[in-house]
Amino acid sequence: MLDTAKRRAMLKQMVLVRAFEEKLEDLYQSKAMFGSTHSYRGQEAIAVGVCSALQSTDLIASYHRGTGHLIAKGADLYTLLCECMGREDGYSKGRGGKMHMGDMAFGFIGNTGTVGGTVPTATGAALSAKVRGSKEVVVSFFGDGAANQGVVHEAMNLAGVWKLPVIYVCENNQYAMTVSLAKSVAVKQLSVRGAAYGFEGKTVDGNDVEAVYEATALAALKGRNGDGATFLECMTYRWDGHFGGDPGTAYRTKEEIESWKQKCPIKRLKEKLIAEGNLTEEEFQTMSDGVYADLAAVAKRAEAAPLPQKAVDLASIYAPLEVSHG
Amino acid sequence: MANAAAPVATKELRMQEALREALRSEMARDERVFVMGEDVALFGGAYGVTRGLIQEFGEKRVLDTPISESALVGLAVGSAINGMRPVVEIQFADLLPLAMDQLASHAARYHYMTGGRINVPMVIRTKFATRAGGGPSHSSCNHGAFIHFPGLKIAMPTTPADAKGMLLSAIRDPNPVLFFESHHLYGVRGPVPEGDYTVPIGKAVVRRAGKDLTIVTCGGMVLKADAAAEQLQAKGIDIEIVDLRSLAPLDRETILASVAKTKRAIVLDEGPMIGGLSAELAALIQENLFADLKGPVVRIAAQPIPPPHSPPLVDAMIPDVDQVVEAVMRLAEGGKIA
Repeated sequence: MLDTAKRRAMLKQMVLVRAFEEKLEDLYQSKAMFGSTHSYRGQEAIAVGVCSALQSTDLIASYHRGTGHLIAKGADLYTLLCECMGREDGYSKGRGGKMHMGDMAFGFIGNTGTVGGTVPTATGAALSAKVRGSKEVVVSFFGDGAANQGVVHEAMNLAGVWKLPVIYVCENNQYAMTVSLAKSVAVKQLSVRGAAYGFEGKTVDGNDVEAVYEATALAALKGRNGDGATFLECMTYRWDGHFGGDPGTAYRTKEEIESWKQKCPIKRLKEKLIAEGNLTEEEFQTMSDGVYADLAAVAKRAEAAPLPQKAVDLASIYAPLEVSHG
Repeated sequence: MANAAAPVATKELRMQEALREALRSEMARDERVFVMGEDVALFGGAYGVTRGLIQEFGEKRVLDTPISESALVGLAVGSAINGMRPVVEIQFADLLPLAMDQLASHAARYHYMTGGRINVPMVIRTKFATRAGGGPSHSSCNHGAFIHFPGLKIAMPTTPADAKGMLLSAIRDPNPVLFFESHHLYGVRGPVPEGDYTVPIGKAVVRRAGKDLTIVTCGGMVLKADAAAEQLQAKGIDIEIVDLRSLAPLDRETILASVAKTKRAIVLDEGPMIGGLSAELAALIQENLFADLKGPVVRIAAQPIPPPHSPPLVDAMIPDVDQVVEAVMRLAEGGKIA
């Protein structure tokens, strides 16, 4: 059982992840953010539960709905927000946007917009961990949509063959953009795939941050001990549409959306802590207000940050040779 | 750089042996280097390049893999980001499109799209060449397609010495390098400098000096250019051959310096003419040297059809020596060489 301090910290992280998504949506609506958003609201327990169970030397790879993962792994909010807003101070100096970043300083291998594209990247990082004999564990975050990409199958097969320390965290929010899981696969749960690759496949309630934490901790221990990969399917739901501007109702009923909002991962942990006497409504409100206020201050700074100059730097496509030797 | 120094000891090697020497010495020097691909371990690679590595370095660093080109490239990206120096063998260039997303949207872009925070030091070795018996899925020359993806480096050694020197440079490069090895050149022997011999990626070489006309070419076509140049020498026409060695970055300086001198240029490529390397080279030359040229820049490249199986069909598709000689003679008459 997780101690109270840890659970309160996870609650705060989930509030922060949600606040960040809401801030992005505001910035998108006010045209301060370029490109689209991919809201993570409703899925916060997965990013927070998984990353809270990792060590700082462990690694994650993310995808286009990835800001929550980055925050939970320790990204700097100002730098992250600047990147979303195309600012020079962003993680990628405005070159990548929120779908294309990477920073090994906090164990973030990268995210890209090709669905399933970073699953082999994470698997390769795990191969490196194994070859070097390090104790790193790598988490590959992806959605149910990515599960049907060929490269995902290829990568998972290799992880099984080589017993790699990787955790495949499938965030099953049940819709690949607009196409339902039922239309995409002939099985009820994607976790059955683990067996096909020779490793454990498990389905957990992705809105229960404690369950996600526990499952991740076990999978990480397994990876660290050299016992290979885990397919961890986290059942969840995104409250919003696939991208900013998609109300998400052309392919989902209002009742379905509402029923999942009742399963809000933040509300769930909050009410549990209150029932236990480990949190009061007032404490929660103070914490939440603080998170939103801090983020508002960060956003103000990011909005004032400069855009990159209008210039092409041809040399920027390559890493300079001098960094290679050593 | 070892190259600039006084004469070094050499030994005669075939290109495969030169490549193997580079892999062996670099794996011994740098424990981050490992090799993976189909049949690279016990079998020693489909072309024998990785023969003996498993015995010397063990199965942790020489990995036989299933047939999963896309994941191989993707795992190479991830292992490179996380501190390794992977060298992947893809048996035929025809199979690169299977891994296109990982090559073009991941490996090639990581450095740029992360604002320089992440580097991807990896090498993808592959064999290419259009030849009889290979047919549509085993003899493509698709190298030109990859110049469209900024961030990839593309190497194409012609001599065994360059094969060794450029493979060492490729493995040490902090960027992804696509390393094209021509089937036409695998059997060719040549002197290879011993020791830590490197040839920079991104530098062309004047393979044959001449004053009348420049042939800009690469890979197996260098042999055809040379055969044509020999015939033309007998006619009193002095050909200069620029061997690109790298398609990206392209050594514009060496190409333009040569054509500025000879004032006539033919670009010769085994890849398809349309939208390809030859078009890029011809445009580069005429944009920069139009006023100096004594005739049009002539392109000789593969016909735009899939590579066929039967020998006469292949011969009709890819450039031959006679075509080069004829093109030079046409330019010679128009431009009054000699």
